Amino acid sequence: MKRVQFSSPVLPYLFLLPQMLVVFVFFYWPSVQAIQSSFYIEDPFGFGSTFVGAANYTDVLLSPEYQKIARFTAVFTFLVTVLSLGLGLLLAVKADAVIRGASAYKTILISVYAIAPPVAGLIGMMFFDQHIGPFVKFAAWFGWNMKVGLSYFDTAFAMIAVSVWKQIPYNFIIILSGLQGIPAAIREAAAIDCRSGTRRFWTVILPLLAPTAFFLLIINITYALFDTFGIIDVMVKDKAADNPITLVYKVYLDGFRGNDIGSSSAQSVILMVVVFVLTVAQFRFIERRVHYG
Amino acid sequence: MYRTKFFDHLILILGAAFLIGPVVVALMTSTHEAAEIHRQGLMLTPGGHFVDTYEKVLTREGGFTGQVTGLRMIMNSLILGLGFAVGKIVLSMLAAYAIVYFRFRFATLAFWMIFTTLLLPLEVRIMPSYEVVSRLGLLNSYTGLIVPLLASATGTFFFRQYFKSVPDELLEAARIDGAGPFKFFIDVLVPLSQTMIAAVFIIMFVYGWNQYLWPVLMTTDESFYTLMRGIKQILQVWIGSQIPDYNEAFALAVLAMLPPVAIVVLFQSWFIKGLTESDK
Amino acid sequence: MASIEINSVSKTYIGGTTAVDAVDIQIRDGEFIVLVGPSGCGKSTLLRMVAGLETISDGTVSIGGRVVNDMEPADRDIAMVFQNYALYPHMTVYENLAYGLKNRRTPKSEIEARVAEAARMLELEPYLARKPRALSGGQRQRVAMGRAIVRKPAAFLFDEPLSNLDAKLRVSMRGEIRKLQRRLGTTAIYVTHDQLEAMTLADRLVVLNGGKIEQIGTPLEVYHRPASTFVASFIGSPAMNLLKGNLDGDQLAIGPAVIAMAGAVAASGAVTVGLRAEDLRSVGANEAGLPFEVDYVEELGAHRLVHGLLGDQPLSAMLPLESEITGRMTLAVAPERLHFFDAETTRRIETPFARQQIAAPVTFAPSELV
Repeated sequence: MKRVQFSSPVLPYLFLLPQMLVVFVFFYWPSVQAIQSSFYIEDPFGFGSTFVGAANYTDVLLSPEYQKIARFTAVFTFLVTVLSLGLGLLLAVKADAVIRGASAYKTILISVYAIAPPVAGLIGMMFFDQHIGPFVKFAAWFGWNMKVGLSYFDTAFAMIAVSVWKQIPYNFIIILSGLQGIPAAIREAAAIDCRSGTRRFWTVILPLLAPTAFFLLIINITYALFDTFGIIDVMVKDKAADNPITLVYKVYLDGFRGNDIGSSSAQSVILMVVVFVLTVAQFRFIERRVHYG
Repeated sequence: MYRTKFFDHLILILGAAFLIGPVVVALMTSTHEAAEIHRQGLMLTPGGHFVDTYEKVLTREGGFTGQVTGLRMIMNSLILGLGFAVGKIVLSMLAAYAIVYFRFRFATLAFWMIFTTLLLPLEVRIMPSYEVVSRLGLLNSYTGLIVPLLASATGTFFFRQYFKSVPDELLEAARIDGAGPFKFFIDVLVPLSQTMIAAVFIIMFVYGWNQYLWPVLMTTDESFYTLMRGIKQILQVWIGSQIPDYNEAFALAVLAMLPPVAIVVLFQSWFIKGLTESDK
Repeated sequence: MASIEINSVSKTYIGGTTAVDAVDIQIRDGEFIVLVGPSGCGKSTLLRMVAGLETISDGTVSIGGRVVNDMEPADRDIAMVFQNYALYPHMTVYENLAYGLKNRRTPKSEIEARVAEAARMLELEPYLARKPRALSGGQRQRVAMGRAIVRKPAAFLFDEPLSNLDAKLRVSMRGEIRKLQRRLGTTAIYVTHDQLEAMTLADRLVVLNGGKIEQIGTPLEVYHRPASTFVASFIGSPAMNLLKGNLDGDQLAIGPAVIAMAGAVAASGAVTVGLRAEDLRSVGANEAGLPFEVDYVEELGAHRLVHGLLGDQPLSAMLPLESEITGRMTLAVAPERLHFFDAETTRRIETPFARQQIAAPVTFAPSELV
């Protein structure tokens, strides 16, 4: 809270109005609608909808297809998070250690951040393409006959690889910034107290990075769950049939392709709950972090 | 501290190659002929067709109605990116200003209402958002493309955090100098926030330019297609074709990548500042 | 406990800046050496080179007879106390103290014993379970020192450890550090920009300026026989008055004043004359002396510092409270108390009487302390 504030009666509302208006119309209204429609089944001919209580939810949660997609989403999220965080961490630690050429590395590593998921998906698709993809040729040396787009496993592999690739720059930037925020004197004291660089990393640096790490964990999970939509859509090429997809993609499929608003809404609400938990966890932790250092 | 420098560099070089490699390959491959690509795979060296391919992608009227050209898509992406960035900055600065600098009854309520927008990303409310926009008659319009995306809290949080760090003395001095809320905002706060604005602008522009799901859903009129929509379209056209136009796809991808990457690289320090401020 | 030899050590950065220029210091086992000088003189850089936190561009550093140029900081058997304490924020005080020992595979019982001893010495026992953020500045500083003590290193390195404390605390900590070092007998290198700290702590001082050594000596040597005008004006508060004068045979002329030197100075022509404020006394108006025009007076409580002009050169005199201050005064100084420096090279010009000035420094053998 600021010590001094204006106490004009009308002005604050005026300033808030544009943002609040947009938020009401394009956030609350649709969100409420989504929650509402999740309790209804729409008549396929558009003549109205029937209240079905929690039927949409039970149908969705009990459906083996949904469960399969949920399992894949969990595995996908886990792998993408762990790999992109791990690689981002590795590169950040190394970039922090070198002095010469540091800015060149940084520039290159950062530039990929700005690539949109569908573009990443497109490029990824090329790299995994049957005819021209170098990864396919490389895998062939090991006897792995890659068929991205046809084989579930191969497509999943490609999706994960591309998703990790795209997320590394963000993690790199945040972790590097976190590392550089650790006071130099502490790192020097650690250099005097501890010979092994690896040990220093585990006992001093990593604990001090913990708040940043937690923040990134939440962000990465959110990324894997939602922002990979573009990648998946491009790689699946509208042939969703047998390909791995994530829960958010299914919301889109059922809603827009399948026209099953009720089910799609129910799925949305389920995802809403997941995000809610994640965001609350993030903010609780960040508030605690303010007292940490 | 003294040794391991070699391995550090090695890892960094490998990392950099892994990240930038595909981009370079995309660029190089886009300058070759489709048939050649089909035969030989992805390219590492430039081919001879830079000008023709890009010219084709930029000016050829493609799509189903033959209305959209690459240039048009660039325009649309630009409008989306700029419109979104500017809109976000204006809305969130005003809202953050109100929340931080004014004492009014619904301040906490307003804050929490904006906060909750973080809980539900667009993808999760995509269907009803589409409904709402359609009902408002905003499908296939720039307004409909930009405004719904503004319904999120990120910008407001940025600026709220930043404004909270501005010393109280500044406001006190301004008051003594006779500045009311408007003047203080325009004459003092906004100029002070310049670097923050630049940082937020960059991040929001990239975000807007890179939007995929939303433009895909709500633009059926091809004259409103953004580059991202164009990417989806190029792939749709492939299903069933003999030799896909790899070179054109890559060219489109390069065009789609270029502005955001260029901005991020050129304005690196601001961009990084914006990203790292946001985790507070 | 070890001797430290700094032989012709230099530090040049990429781009050409030389922070430390061919510095030679031989430190005896158990000695408390203070590196003192203004900001940017290279003292911290030198200390960090000894610690291994900066690479050595030229020359060698030896600790206990071993050349340590290429050794990791953790292998040099040194312990460092940082200006900002550099305590590990996520560890308790106990863990902060134990960390260095743990990494050296010291047995647990030994760690516990050493930590307990250090905690007792520094009165940290009530705080062992706390984290650094729950401690005051002075307490953090003691933890930082404790961290160094438990290691029982060959040398302590202090990097301006008292700069962040308030004035009163600084004075008491100063004494603590000195007593501790005496008691443990460990060689210590201490960096500070505060000349008073330097004077009170050091066995010997090294005055640095622009990367070069101006003078090495005991505090009294440096005070009474400064080797250059830089040292003369840096050491001592208030700073020594430096005036332009002219020697002509026996007569020293400073502006309008003339002093008879009885042939004791081996120089002639333009010289820089140094006078300490406390060596000036007020004399009657009709006596021979320096004509002094008073500008303003600072009351220091125990004496007064009178600022004014001798001719057209500024001069400050420390006078007792009883002296009467008038607009124009006459000051006198004993000729033996004058310091002479070459007007061009700023180096000291030796005078026969200077040698008698220095009293023997007072030292206590460690066993005489409690």
